[in-house]
Amino acid sequence: MKPKILIIVPAYNEEKNIRNVILSLKTADPNYECLVVNDGSKDNTQAEAESTGLATVIQLPSNLGIGGAVQTGFKYAFYENFDFAIQFDGDGQHLASEIPKLLAPLQRNEIDVCIGSRFVEKTLGFQSTFLRRIGIRVFEFMNHLLIRRRITDSTSGFRAYNKSAIQFLAANYPTDYPEPETVILLGKNDYRICEVAVEMAERQGGTSSISGLKSAHYMIKVILAMLMTAHRHKIRRV
Amino acid sequence: MIESSLELLVSNRIQFFSVTSSLFLFAFILRLVKRKRLKEEYSLLWLGFGLIFIALAFYRPLLEVVANMLGIIYAPAALLLILVTSAFFILIQFSVVISKLAEGNKNLIQEVGILKAELKKIQQTIKDKENNEKPDV
Repeated sequence: MKPKILIIVPAYNEEKNIRNVILSLKTADPNYECLVVNDGSKDNTQAEAESTGLATVIQLPSNLGIGGAVQTGFKYAFYENFDFAIQFDGDGQHLASEIPKLLAPLQRNEIDVCIGSRFVEKTLGFQSTFLRRIGIRVFEFMNHLLIRRRITDSTSGFRAYNKSAIQFLAANYPTDYPEPETVILLGKNDYRICEVAVEMAERQGGTSSISGLKSAHYMIKVILAMLMTAHRHKIRRV
Repeated sequence: MIESSLELLVSNRIQFFSVTSSLFLFAFILRLVKRKRLKEEYSLLWLGFGLIFIALAFYRPLLEVVANMLGIIYAPAALLLILVTSAFFILIQFSVVISKLAEGNKNLIQEVGILKAELKKIQQTIKDKENNEKPDV
């Protein structure tokens, strides 16, 4: 039996990109099921996504932020009994052709979570700005310190999860800037995490959710959240 | 003689004022709970601090005792400390309650979103089925 694979695409005001993202996913592999989580967009994202007829579109009645949107995807994947879930940004910076690279180690059951990284080896394509790379370095150091693992691209939102990780994250997922915190959460709870090198594109349209003054708030909030997560007890799995 | 009686009046007036206002606060909170405008659980801190205020208002030397205990030389400063502490506790409780509300709210939004999508799917299936069952015209 073929494994059921869900692609979770969180989208907030992505009317320009969402259609191409869905089409690229379905072209890469028609067996992928696409789930767009429209996080209370104020533009035409909902209609654009629905008009393709190729994706299930969840419309959240109000804006939850990226964490809440992605978690909705995990809940859906859990209820619908998917074997694997891929988190894939709705802004066009991830490449559908890279998904098999992420899935391969999961399908061999070597790990539970696989993160697509721009830094694990020097890849072509977009490498982010200088300041952001410094931030990402800080996270790498913290990952080493807190869970003794080498995760070079904590902020990457291009990830693959197996069934057990899906079930865990459907119940426990951080809200505001979830990516680096989730690495610690999963590491702390003994999930096997690895990175594979992937290429990313520069965003196609829209603006990043983090810029300017927000960056300082971002770093402080995320570092605090990582420290807190590392010092919490393990969560009992059912 | 006149001066001392005036002093007594002034000091009694402040006691009268503090006793009535602390009793009023306590009664007001109780009334809110009775009318279900305030949950019992969240009224406890208010009632607790209300009782402290009442005790301080009725028995004035208590403030001196408390101030002495805390090593505060100027007794009214102890009053200020008690007030600020009570406000702090109540505000922290608010933050905790808000966090809990936000978590519940998030879960509701997620489930409503998923349910809506599922409902849409089911409606579409029913529609397709009905269309198929209709004889071709």
